[in-house]
Amino acid sequence: MNRMPLWADAILVPMFSLLLAAIFSALVILGIGENPIDAFQLMVDGALKRSAGWGYTLYYATNYIFTGLAVAVAFHARLFNIGGEGQAMVGGVGVALVCLYIPWPHWSLAIIGASVGAALFGAAWAIIPAYLQAKRGSHIVITTIMFNYIAFSLLGYLLVEVLRPAGAMDPASASFPEATHLPNFHDMFAPEGSRMFRGAPANVTFFLALAACVVVWLLIWRTKLGFDIRSFGKSETAAKYAGISPLRITVIAMLLSGALAGMMSVNTTLGESERLILNSTEGAGFVGIAVALMGRNHPIGILLAALLFGFLNQGGAELALWTNIPRELIVVIQALVILFTGALDNLVRMPLERLFLSFGKKRKA
Amino acid sequence: MDFLTLLQVLDSSVRLAIPLLLACLAGLYSERAGIFDIGLEGKMLAAAFAAAAFAAVSGSVWIGLLAGIGASLILSAIHGVASITFRGNQLISGVAINMLASGVTVLIAQAWFAQGGRTPSLEGPERLTPVNLPFANMFENIPVFGATYKELVSGHNVLVYVAIALVPLTWWLLYQTRFGLRLRAVGENPASVDTAGVSVIRLRFTAVAICGILCGVAGAYLATGLQAGFIKDMTAGRGFVALAALIFAKWRPWQALWACMLFGLLQALSVRFQSIELGGITIPGQLMEALPYILTVIILAGFVGRAIPPRAGGEPYVKER
Repeated sequence: MNRMPLWADAILVPMFSLLLAAIFSALVILGIGENPIDAFQLMVDGALKRSAGWGYTLYYATNYIFTGLAVAVAFHARLFNIGGEGQAMVGGVGVALVCLYIPWPHWSLAIIGASVGAALFGAAWAIIPAYLQAKRGSHIVITTIMFNYIAFSLLGYLLVEVLRPAGAMDPASASFPEATHLPNFHDMFAPEGSRMFRGAPANVTFFLALAACVVVWLLIWRTKLGFDIRSFGKSETAAKYAGISPLRITVIAMLLSGALAGMMSVNTTLGESERLILNSTEGAGFVGIAVALMGRNHPIGILLAALLFGFLNQGGAELALWTNIPRELIVVIQALVILFTGALDNLVRMPLERLFLSFGKKRKA
Repeated sequence: MDFLTLLQVLDSSVRLAIPLLLACLAGLYSERAGIFDIGLEGKMLAAAFAAAAFAAVSGSVWIGLLAGIGASLILSAIHGVASITFRGNQLISGVAINMLASGVTVLIAQAWFAQGGRTPSLEGPERLTPVNLPFANMFENIPVFGATYKELVSGHNVLVYVAIALVPLTWWLLYQTRFGLRLRAVGENPASVDTAGVSVIRLRFTAVAICGILCGVAGAYLATGLQAGFIKDMTAGRGFVALAALIFAKWRPWQALWACMLFGLLQALSVRFQSIELGGITIPGQLMEALPYILTVIILAGFVGRAIPPRAGGEPYVKER
């Protein structure tokens, strides 16, 4: 069968899907009695017109790059990892343990240690669902969701009973030592006395996220392991005949996925709050699904989609601040993006494909 | 634990099991027809909101119930269009529906009632009232039986009895009628149903619609029966626990009842006992909280027998030409 050119599949289809999601989001805003154009203007102003807005947008984008990559790596092996939220929470425990109990002399070493801790803990949280899926056929979607709830209870227990310093009231760990504090964009890019990026949480972890994009690209498209993961995702039976062990690939893909999701907490826990708190993930694990779908599971696409969702999140926060529109509007927009780019993909693709086919025929004639 | 406490725990187990049971049966119809549905959670949530909102505005719980069913049916329609008509990924569609419900409910609640994303508290005729079964007071003096009848069997609202009656009804529909045979066949081997001249698409849409109605009842029960109003994310993972119960029950109605009762019991225990002292060791409340989810994972791991889902589940049907 004839197919569309690659560029149409990679750019045109998501563009139209996004447009549909935007139209429906506008209808939702109209439906609750607000003006969508004003709302959009406010979002742009709050997220992009000021350097602090950019600082927040990039901070959220950093989170979404990690969770987006996490979902994508699992997706390549046709594993649907909805557990990013729990893996990121447990990754945060890894960051906290590393930062509280090892005396780091300098932040540049601390960020390495924290990354390792986050990745290990995140991966550990993904290994049981992975093993159960591969060995016992329990559905990974449901087990990872269950692990999200279990992670939430576990984190609550650890923060209330174990990590909370004596005398403190709120469920949170002690603050990390001064030496581990990561430089934020204000420290890095603002000239002496400038107010650029002041008060915004974007920090050096953003570059770690960019590096993760490169590493994931190399891994998936330039190594044998990546090839195995992709062929396993394309056809499990074919991969089996080629001598690829389903157990091995499932576990490895989920370990990588969990590690990436866990590393998100380097940004939130070490980079922003500088201590472990209860609700630092803020749904980023789920946003990762939308980011991976929009970005077509490719690191470049994920980077762009993460920036878009970072903008939406920051813009939505501004909306909640200045208007009566609650923050949940962002959740609705994210859901619409997942719906149109993921589930209703064919709604756009089928007519486009037909269009391209008819053009192709004319040219031949 | 004395007898009365036991009865009270069992009583709240039943109350807590009912939304699970309704959602579980909803999933049963959908998945038996080959449409996986992880959007049960979202449908229940949307229904809970619509039921509470319309009950509050109209003053009648029955209008609320209808509105709840309507809201859930709308989301069902989206799922049906995405996964049947456009052959989309059913899991992704379910995730989108869950997120959509979680956001839209708060958004509309805020725009409508301006109470921080909740509905006003429901009172009187806006709520489901307990039904006292006949003879509840007459039997009171009979030891054990009287108390059991009065505390455990009688005094629930009507949806509890409806949900339980749905179990044999579902069994009958699924195994004793032509519709049931076709429904099961379309989840195992849609091509054979198609060959027999029955529309796969219509059957699957019917199943998805039944699923929507049952989720609607579940959500309405949650907001107007179990609690008095809607609060943000009030379903709290019940849709997923219902799915786990469905797998535990191996997609069969009677077993679904027992599975949901078990989960209801676990929830009742964790609500009643914040932390439990067991042989000198205190089990923390958070573990009790997580217990239903941990148990779900253990069940999913297949340590209680292997669960084989309907063979065509999750696969969009493409007619061969």
